[in-house]
Amino acid sequence: MNAPLVDISSVSHRFGQQTVLKNVSLQIEPGSYTILLGPSGSGKTTLLSILGGFVSPSEGKVFIRGEDCTSVPPAKRPTTTVFQDYALFPHMSVGANVGFGLRMQGVDGATRAAKAREALALVGLASAFDKKPHQLSGGQRQRVALARALVVEPAVLLLDEPLGALDLKLRRQMQDELKAIQKRVGTAFIHVTHDQEEAMALADHCVVMNDGRIEDEGPPERVYARPSTRFSATFMGESTILSGTVTEAKNGTISVATPAGAIMLPGTLQPGAKVALAVRPEHLVLVAAGGAVALGTAEVSDVVFQGSFKRVLATSTVDPALQFIAKAPASASVQTGDNVAVSCDAGDFILLTH
Amino acid sequence: MRVLVRIASWLYALAVYGFIFLPVVVLVLFSLQATSFPIPPFTGPSLRWYDAVLSDTRLTSALVNSLLVAVLSSLAAVTLGFLSAWGFARFTLPGSALLRGLITLPLTVSYLIIGMGLLVLFNWAGVPKSLLAAGIGHVVINLPLCFAIIYSQMGDHQINIERAARDLGAPEWKVLLLITVPVMAPAIFAGFFLSMTFSWDEFVISFLLTRFDTTLPVEIWNLLRSGLNPKTNAIGSLVFAVSIVLVVLFELTLLRRKPA
Amino acid sequence: MGVTANNSRALPWALVTPALGWTLLFFVLPFLAMGLSSLTAHEGGSFTLANYSQFLTDPSYWRAMVNSLEVTAIVTVISVLLAYPFAWILAEQVPERWQRLALMLAVLPFWTSYVVRSYSWLLVLSQNGVINRALTNLGLVAEPLQLANTRFATVTGFVHFFVMLLTLTIFANLKQLSPSYRKAAADLGAGPVRTFLHVVLPLTLPGIMVGAFLTFVLCIGDYITPQILGGNNELLMPQLVMMQIGRRGDFPLASALSIILMAVVTVAYLACARWLKIERA
Repeated sequence: MNAPLVDISSVSHRFGQQTVLKNVSLQIEPGSYTILLGPSGSGKTTLLSILGGFVSPSEGKVFIRGEDCTSVPPAKRPTTTVFQDYALFPHMSVGANVGFGLRMQGVDGATRAAKAREALALVGLASAFDKKPHQLSGGQRQRVALARALVVEPAVLLLDEPLGALDLKLRRQMQDELKAIQKRVGTAFIHVTHDQEEAMALADHCVVMNDGRIEDEGPPERVYARPSTRFSATFMGESTILSGTVTEAKNGTISVATPAGAIMLPGTLQPGAKVALAVRPEHLVLVAAGGAVALGTAEVSDVVFQGSFKRVLATSTVDPALQFIAKAPASASVQTGDNVAVSCDAGDFILLTH
Repeated sequence: MRVLVRIASWLYALAVYGFIFLPVVVLVLFSLQATSFPIPPFTGPSLRWYDAVLSDTRLTSALVNSLLVAVLSSLAAVTLGFLSAWGFARFTLPGSALLRGLITLPLTVSYLIIGMGLLVLFNWAGVPKSLLAAGIGHVVINLPLCFAIIYSQMGDHQINIERAARDLGAPEWKVLLLITVPVMAPAIFAGFFLSMTFSWDEFVISFLLTRFDTTLPVEIWNLLRSGLNPKTNAIGSLVFAVSIVLVVLFELTLLRRKPA
Repeated sequence: MGVTANNSRALPWALVTPALGWTLLFFVLPFLAMGLSSLTAHEGGSFTLANYSQFLTDPSYWRAMVNSLEVTAIVTVISVLLAYPFAWILAEQVPERWQRLALMLAVLPFWTSYVVRSYSWLLVLSQNGVINRALTNLGLVAEPLQLANTRFATVTGFVHFFVMLLTLTIFANLKQLSPSYRKAAADLGAGPVRTFLHVVLPLTLPGIMVGAFLTFVLCIGDYITPQILGGNNELLMPQLVMMQIGRRGDFPLASALSIILMAVVTVAYLACARWLKIERA
């Protein structure tokens, strides 16, 4: 009964010689806000294009509402897209833009205008009906694009880096509005971005992509707290990464040899296994009497004041290849060149095997 | 120093303007000559040579022919150019760069050579010299121009606009009619306008490929054989006036479109 | 990113085939026909290289090519030298709001008929024309000068046209230059002259090259200007080609001469393209 709204099944895609998607499978639940997060070239935009029907995958299938949509053209699938550059029709008024999809469905003029007004009101632009796109600001165009895509009541709304062209302040403001609109209309949104803050703020379900693969997926809180791969530990928020090898394993505890010394933590890996331990910046302690696990001393290489806190970069004195990233209180007196003792609590290590 | 540069600039610009306008002024001035030779002293003003032009059926029919060839060949060139530009911009075709190169190749070849080639071909194929033959030649020279202008304006943004229309349910022909053509209208218009002026003014292809019915530049050429004649001045001034009106109209429409 | 067609593969080909077909049928095929024709004898139509060897061995033929190259080179150099300062004045010295008008005026005669433009110069330069009349009236010369039907007249007619064309392209080039370049140069201590020599001129050079190449191609293939203004005292290549058709109906020789002319333009194009590439690297 509870079938996924969208089911992407083993999709691969190649552009010429280059494989941009490698056997990707993903399910999207009705009413969810899904973020595809990844660096450029990770395949996230291609995946969105495949969902929208602009690109046919080389292999694999896409089901929407249980129907095979793999080779259904964009016009005939229950998805609409909000493009990164908005793609508003420059020669049409805002009202005509929003009404375009209904016009294509053969809806009569009066109904069209009424529904277009309603959709514009939803995005807070009721007064812009008769304006031309070039008379609007970037943020307003963004809203028109959203209204235009929503008015045809798609099963899934696809957003391709919708906030990428906006300045930071407007981006954060639009973020909140997007979330509110999504909650109000209840349509499933799939949103592509490379901004991890945007991902954490918006997503019900966060999909981290890298190099054509899904690295990690789940609620953003889980992905942040317990990233499942090294990539997602460093892309979704920063981490200090300690590479190491399991030297001992007994009674559900393993001992890992790292550049900062041996570290004991719960786990069931075989001795000899290569692992990485990630620590989030807020869990690193830079004073002598700090956490339970000492990670040696380090020389502070950079301190960046970030307003509510200071971001501290420090190089381990034991192994110069080991870089610590820590968060210190804004009031901390730490300075470049200081020698600090680094430590953390055993429970704050994230064990990564990939 | 600055003042010196300014004065020198003004003098230089005036001299160049003088050089550019000298023949035009002489042309127009002596088109108003009352006597039979367009040389000093000026004996006018008189409109008798304009009368002579307008009552010369060879000239007036050549003018109509020129307009006809210009409009029809430009329509053909802009249509073929638009469709191919759309095809190349929107779809990945095998050997696309090579084929696009082929379409724009005639731009680098002299009109004389294009005309010669068509003359040899038509001569062999038994196609008679006619306005149609000249029109075909004009499409050959203007098609690459229209293609290049329109193709260069079909950027990624336009691609996304069309995708948006398709995404919202528009079938291909509605995308073309409701989105692509209106959005590309300035480029299409520019291509058409430039083709018109080039065809209107083209001499050597028309000269080689027409015989009895011919275009205005060829007819003016025939007139030149009788030496300097104020009638030539009059028809030249008329053509100039028409071109100026067209250019001004073009500028105005372009300016009006600017804010969009 | 590549765009994939979701619907039929036939549509894209249906769009591009008419233009490709037209180009093949009325541009490539005529060219092949011309090539074939150039290899046949005028009388009898048997295969021969005589049309090409005639060009190489008859001095009056290759003299036309030399004349064409000389005239084209002179025209290109003079036009660039005249147009650059003019375009610079329009772009730098004329107040911003008058620039559009000033430019439009500067290229207005560009829109006169091509045949009429050459004819107008004939009016100016002829034995009893404006210039000779002015010179004799001022007592500067006793006898009218032979100005028409000379290389001087041909060059004047050409320069008139290409100064306008080059003014347009160079003006556009100068306007495209970001003002920050000039500000940066001034900021780093360069005076106006050095800013021009080290910043503005090098940055506009590729544009000048394009304009010069355009001048070369249009000039070397033009029949009207040398025919009206230069007369038959000194033949240029296009006149030679037209002569074969007009006087003798010798299509094979005219074809061979056209192909030689085109080969020269192609060589110039290749040389120019390479030069531009080196410039960019």
